Amino acid sequence: MRIGIVGGGPAGLYFALLMKRADPTHQITVAERNPADATFGWGVVFSEDTLTELRDADYETFLRLEEHLVRWGAIDVRYRGRVLRAHGHGFSAISRHVFLGVLQERCRELGVELFFGREVGDLTSWSDRDLIVGADGVNSWVRTHHEGAFRPGYDVHPTRYAWFGTDLVFDAFTFIFEPTDHGLFQVHAYPFSGDRSTFIVETTEETWRQAGLDRLGEKESLAFCEDLFATHLDGHRLFSNRSAWINFVTLANQNWHLGNIVLVGDAVHTAHFSIGSGTKLAVEGAVALAKGFQAHPGDMAAAFAEYELERQPRVERFQAAARDSARYFEGVGRYLHFDPEPFVFNLLTRSGRITRADLEQRDPVLVNLVDRWAQAAGTGVDRVPLLTTPPRTAPLAAAGAVFANRVARSLPAPDSAREGVVVDEHRRGLELAAASGASLVMTEPVAVAADGRITPGSAGLYGDEHTEAWAEVTAAVHDRGGLIGVRLSHAGPRGATRLRSRGTDRPLPEGGWGLLAASDTSFVEGGPVAKGMGPVELERVRTEFMQAATLADPAGFDLVEVDASAGYLLASFLSPLTNHRDDHYGGDLAGRLRYPVEVVEAVRSVWEGPLVVRVSASDWHPAGSGGDQLVVAARAWVEAGANLIEVAGGSAVGAARPEFLPLYLVPFADRVRNEAGTPVMVGGGITTLDQIDTIVAAGRADLCLLDPVLYDRSPYRDALGR
Amino acid sequence: MEIGIGLPTTTPGADRELLLEWARRAEAGPFSSLGVVDRVVYDSFDSLTALAGAAAVTERVRLVTMVVIGPIRSTALLAKQAATIDRLSGGRLTLGLSIGARRDDYEATGWDPTTRGARLSRQLADLRTVWEDGAYGPAPVQPGGPDLLVGGTSGPALVRMARSADGYVHGGGPPRSFAAAAARARAAWEEAERPGQPQLWAQGYFALGDVEAGLAAMRDYYAFTGGFAEKIVAGTLTSAGQVKDFIRGYEEAGCQHLVLLPSVSDLAELDRLAEVIG
Repeated sequence: MRIGIVGGGPAGLYFALLMKRADPTHQITVAERNPADATFGWGVVFSEDTLTELRDADYETFLRLEEHLVRWGAIDVRYRGRVLRAHGHGFSAISRHVFLGVLQERCRELGVELFFGREVGDLTSWSDRDLIVGADGVNSWVRTHHEGAFRPGYDVHPTRYAWFGTDLVFDAFTFIFEPTDHGLFQVHAYPFSGDRSTFIVETTEETWRQAGLDRLGEKESLAFCEDLFATHLDGHRLFSNRSAWINFVTLANQNWHLGNIVLVGDAVHTAHFSIGSGTKLAVEGAVALAKGFQAHPGDMAAAFAEYELERQPRVERFQAAARDSARYFEGVGRYLHFDPEPFVFNLLTRSGRITRADLEQRDPVLVNLVDRWAQAAGTGVDRVPLLTTPPRTAPLAAAGAVFANRVARSLPAPDSAREGVVVDEHRRGLELAAASGASLVMTEPVAVAADGRITPGSAGLYGDEHTEAWAEVTAAVHDRGGLIGVRLSHAGPRGATRLRSRGTDRPLPEGGWGLLAASDTSFVEGGPVAKGMGPVELERVRTEFMQAATLADPAGFDLVEVDASAGYLLASFLSPLTNHRDDHYGGDLAGRLRYPVEVVEAVRSVWEGPLVVRVSASDWHPAGSGGDQLVVAARAWVEAGANLIEVAGGSAVGAARPEFLPLYLVPFADRVRNEAGTPVMVGGGITTLDQIDTIVAAGRADLCLLDPVLYDRSPYRDALGR
Repeated sequence: MEIGIGLPTTTPGADRELLLEWARRAEAGPFSSLGVVDRVVYDSFDSLTALAGAAAVTERVRLVTMVVIGPIRSTALLAKQAATIDRLSGGRLTLGLSIGARRDDYEATGWDPTTRGARLSRQLADLRTVWEDGAYGPAPVQPGGPDLLVGGTSGPALVRMARSADGYVHGGGPPRSFAAAAARARAAWEEAERPGQPQLWAQGYFALGDVEAGLAAMRDYYAFTGGFAEKIVAGTLTSAGQVKDFIRGYEEAGCQHLVLLPSVSDLAELDRLAEVIG
């Protein structure tokens, strides 16, 4: 094959040498526009997996690289004047300059043609090539010349970072968090040779401007950072290599090949530097592409398919983890009130790839420290013994109650109530949920009035018969040692629908009732239109919530929750998509919050116990509310008397676009907890106890709603293995 | 996990004898269901009509569409056809629906592709209402009508599934991709506050005899996807070992119904698969 490779970086060179080695009859040319010894950046990081791939792909290259590799197993976190060390993380790094030198040398030995200082500029000169590889980096012109075919997407990250070197040789991957008067700066540093380390400084755009860095040149920026991190540098210097303050760009492409052109390395994907280097992905991509050709000689389409099948899912997962890691560093300022143990644990589990159980494999001592911290924080006891239990078992004193552990359960409505009166099925379900050992069970939406029900089978709390029926349920839960909370709700525009066993939001054919909402709207397109509430209805519903709350105590509930989520009545006030009022209950967020806040205040006035407000994390709609509004609203709920916020799914409108990615509600809960400073409960696809341990210990939420569907599986088989 | 087999309605050279005999042997074999895929602009049999034929020669197997493109059909006609198949089969239909992936099917049938998502959402609810309320017959054998499945990977598809269907049907890929999709489907179900759990269905292609013919048919059938066709070809199960690994992987990932789809019009393919899964 005649192969033309645009770009002499790690991906292009490594692919060239692997192909040449596999078949010396290949004619391979690499064209690099920079000189052979030009290099930007300092060191590059490899994981153990990448090293294994390098060793297996070409042992000779590996041997030459190995003598220059710096290896370490620890991550140091410098925070609040202390260093906390986490063990068990195998990484290695090498000088980018040395790395490229080894690859060039190996290419030359094998007979790859290398041209430096040469722009290809136009692929027509390579029209005789069987295969053209775009390995020309994040600004790849091969890609940009065919954007319509490759369909790249660019995600520009909001933080600023500068890529320095230093002659201080760290002995671990080191994160430094340094608060200043302007805001927080953080450092990602690691050694890459016997006398050098990479030293990346990152901060938010706002802090960067307040510190005046937008007006400083390269030298002044360097001096600023040397001064800021003088204690950590301990007399050592920083070096610049065109180290400008830039924004990281995550690149992803829909298509990785076009005809006989294929992209590899940074030209096709990048991943935020905070979980390792793009060089790792680039090298792994080059190996996979070369393997594709080895497995399917002479069949380019099959080789590309193999390359993409192997790499695309991995790159997607890595990019998702890198994105979560980047988001962590963008918002890390919100965690500065954390004790060192949860701060470090949160940092180590930031990308979602590592849970508490994973971390325990790597560093059981650190995890034990975190477990003991969690128990101490939950119990108020100073010294927790070595033999402790995981964070999910830590008690929580919040909202004027003591929760025995961090696991909560809620059940979907069985839709079997009669005129709002719950039946045995409810009691059995909630009793079983409590029997799991969860500290709290939450009811389904419980209507505050007959016309606040979702379906004719919805439960209610608006009469003596309801109170008595619930008293039996709450007694059963209490017998199981759990607390039980009632979710007071008014279905609003989602009311008068058929039982949900065959679907939600299907209007009753007959026997329905009038629907209420903030404005004249329908929840689903073409559905029944609810009536915008007038003064009389506003007063009536507020009173209904209050009256239901007065029944919560005789009904035996330990906790009252006001439901302002999922497009039900109160939620219809919160969202700009459904609140079109021109009175003081509409307009800006403060206006849209006013009525639901009045309802919370009314409930608070008659209920002294723990009070929760349930809200949807986002409208999942471009014109709707999102995380910022959620945080502002949370402060208003707390001011109105709420002690805890439940961050839930659902949307104010039917036409929402949530993606349901793993633990998709947790980042919202995290923001509410750590920006609004209130305890939170969160659910949304939390299916394992390990997830709960991780969320709680990392300080992202206080209580987790477990959906234990995975635990239904029985590991037992009969003698025939069935 | 239950294992079904696809009816070869899209494979080259399929005819009356093949389809009917295939259905009879599936009925007699270790398969729990007989599945069809849907496409208009291709030399293939119509999915629902073919299932009606299969209904006539079987008594036991479940008949499932994986999936019918809903928005290129009138809801009233679809409700009637599905109810008819349910009656003809004695209550054995499971109706999977999605928006499909091909523009040409929309052009050929004259439906607007730009509103297809919203129309499918509406269609799911309307199908159930027609069957429940009996605005027109025939009344399905299954109370309230056949179970509905929804396919697709987008957020809106999952919302649609959780709100208006009874389960999720995955479009293909390795077990790991199914596991990720199933987790998202369950999360969507949890959000919708529906009782119970969604049914989880999945599919995969196989070619166990004339592998080259099978792969060529796959390449042709999926040519409209461009480069993606090669990935579907690469994922086709071409040996007994691969089929067994695939089944194990899907079972571990929590799949309840796995339907293996043929790529060659050859009855021996059914027998080979039957032998592998025992």
